[in-house]
This record gives sequence, structure tokens and C-alpha cells, in this order.
Amino acid sequence: MGYKLDFGAVIDAFPALLWGCVGTLGLALGGMALAIVIGIGGVVLRDSRFAPLRWLVISFVELIRNTPFLVQIYFIFFALPLAGIKLDPTPTAIIALGVNGGAYAIEIIRGGVQSINKGQIEAGLALGLHKAQVFRLIVLKPALRAIYPSLTSQFILLTLTTSIASAIAAYELTSVAQRVESDSFRSFEVYGTVTLLYLAMSWLMMRFFGLIASRNFSYPVK
Amino acid sequence: MGWNEFYFLLRGMQWTVALAAIGFVGGIATGLLVALARTSGKRWLVRITAGYIAVFQGTPLLMQLFVVYYGLALVGLKLDAWIAVAIGFTLHASAYLGEIWRGSIEAVPRGQQEAAKALSLGYVARMKDVILPQAFRISLPATIGFLVQLIKGTSLAAIVGFTELSRAGSIVSNQIFQPLLVFGIVGALYFTLCWPLSIYGTRLERRLATAAR
Repeated sequence: MGYKLDFGAVIDAFPALLWGCVGTLGLALGGMALAIVIGIGGVVLRDSRFAPLRWLVISFVELIRNTPFLVQIYFIFFALPLAGIKLDPTPTAIIALGVNGGAYAIEIIRGGVQSINKGQIEAGLALGLHKAQVFRLIVLKPALRAIYPSLTSQFILLTLTTSIASAIAAYELTSVAQRVESDSFRSFEVYGTVTLLYLAMSWLMMRFFGLIASRNFSYPVK
Repeated sequence: MGWNEFYFLLRGMQWTVALAAIGFVGGIATGLLVALARTSGKRWLVRITAGYIAVFQGTPLLMQLFVVYYGLALVGLKLDAWIAVAIGFTLHASAYLGEIWRGSIEAVPRGQQEAAKALSLGYVARMKDVILPQAFRISLPATIGFLVQLIKGTSLAAIVGFTELSRAGSIVSNQIFQPLLVFGIVGALYFTLCWPLSIYGTRLERRLATAAR
């Protein structure tokens, strides 16, 4: 029991850890942007008339949702060079995060599209609104509002998932922490502090998303 | 890849199943306590469990495993790696299951609580015979969904150095230099574990949705 907590190494490395947070947020942001692109594309293909395309999207979603991210990132890490694409670990991690998040985004966005009542579009046109106005006010905004909670919590989840990208040595908080830990052997202090940094990030994101929601989406539904 | 390598992967898969099972069973027992405390209405209990859940839902599972792993060593407990990892997964599961069941307990119509109180049932009888059986039915799809999450999550034990399916995959891949084949098979093995559960969960959810209509 002679162990004394010593945060000296953590304090020395604190600027590096904060840069690690920036790396984590960058990975999450890049991954989420790609996920939304994949999500929108996937929804379009998911409801296409050509059956094999529909099956392709369904299989993609099921495959991603039923395998661990660690295996996915390893697979992509080794598959990209074989496909002739040579990338650093960090862009590779963004691609893996985007592919993973994309499968969840497809389901979320599809739910939003389905939540729009066709009768309302017709009613908007009948009231003399422009097509662009109908799209903006009757299709886009309610759909965004419907998917906003699930999409933002998926974003926070993806931010936490970035820690797994340390397995391929992408630049983010966990890999910085592992370097600090192997230099100082202060494992508990380092990982404890880093855990709190993650907690702070997800809390700040939650507050931020909540603020945006209350500014834009707080009008009565019916 | 020969039979020997495939057999090695299957042995790793055994540990994946064992870890997920331990985490799930441990999580059920402790998660029930968390859910009951969270819905107890006692302010300090509600605060503590809400904080507990927020910490586990706001941090990466990988960090939770690291902190538990090194934290247990710090307080002088010399444990096998796999026991430390199992404790980590149990705590993780208790927070997530606790939150799922809190929702389910609160989803049981209030009238049930009031009727049970009016019949002068005590807390234990009220929970055990009236609320929890109904909450259990409501929670089943989400609980199975979390079990799938947990199975996938056990892959992180590989980073801590525990040889389950993912780490067995890394080892074999380093031996035979065919990473795509090996991780493809590893992925397929996870898929055969998770997919039937996912389908079962979706089916239950649909049945519950039609029953509620």
C-alpha cells in the first residue's frame, strides 16, 4: 500500500493532453461529417427501385452494427494500402469512424425522412408556398428536428469511440495518454485524468447541442 | 490459414463469450440496484446514481477498463488481468443497464404504483410483483441491444492485453501475414454472435410496439 499518487508527470504533459483533446475532436468532427454524407447517400440508395442496391445498403448497416469497431478499424487499416491508398493513421481513422458512424446515420436519417407527413407538403403547396419554401419549412426543418437528438447523441458516442483509434496510433487523446503513461509509469494518474477530460468533452458537447436545440427547435409540435 | 490458426481464433472467441457473459450477469445484478436507487425518489440516492450513470456514459469504455485495471492494482488488490477486466465490464454494464431499466420502470403507468400502494403493498412486494415484471417486458429490446454492445465492447479487452477473439486475431495476423483474411474471419465470428441477438431484439421491439397500439 506504499503507493503515493503523483500528478507531476500529468501536469507536465497537460498541454500535450489538451492537444490530444483537439485531435480527438478533429477525428470526431471529420468522422461525423463523413458519416452524414454516407448516411444521406445510404438513405437514397436504401429506398432505390433497384433491389440489389437496397440489399447492399441493408447488408452494410447490419455488418457494421454487428461487429466491433476495433475489428473494423484494423480491417480498413490493412485494406486501404492493398487498394493502393496510402494514408497516415489519422486520416485512416477518420475513414473508419465515418464508415462506422455512417451505418448508424443511415438508420437515423431514414427515420427522419419517414417522419414527414406527405399531406403537409400538399397542404403547403395548396397554401401557395414556393417549392423551396415547402422544402425548407415543411420538409427539412421538421426532419432535422426529428433526427437531432439521435444524431447528436450519436456524435457524442462517436467522440468516445475515437479512443479506439489509438489501436492504429492515430493522433488523439488516448494515444497521447499512452505515450505519457509509458514515459512516466503513472498509469492510474494519467488514465484517470484523461477519463475526466473525456467526461468534460462529452458534457460540453451535450450542453452545446442542447443550446442549439433550444434556440432552433423549441416550437410546439401540434 | 490452417486449422490450427482457426482453432486458436475459436479459443479466443470462448473468452469473448465468457467475458460478455460475466459482464452481463454481473451487470444485471448491480444494474438492478442502480435502477432501483435511481427511481427510489430519495434525493441523495438519485443524485449519486445519476452521477454514476453520467460518468460511465460520458467516457470511453477503453478508459473505464484502464482506470479499473490500474486502480485495483493501486489499492493493493493483486488480481489476474481477466478478473480486473471482468470487473470493468460489470461496472460498465451496471451503469448502462441501470439507465435502461430506470426508463422502463418509469414507463410503467403511474396508476400501477398508486394501485399497489392503495392495496397497502410494501416496497418490496410493489416492486417485485407489480412494477418490475411489467418493466422487464418493456426493457427487453433495449437490454438485448445492450448485450450486443457489450459483446462488441469485449474486443477492447484486447488493448489491455487480454487474449480474446480480437487479440487472437492480431496474433494470428502477425504470424501468417494475411490481415484481411484473418480480420475478415474475426469479424464474421463476431457477426455470428451478434446478428441473431440483434434480429431477436428488433422482433421483440416490433411485437411490443404493436401490443402497445
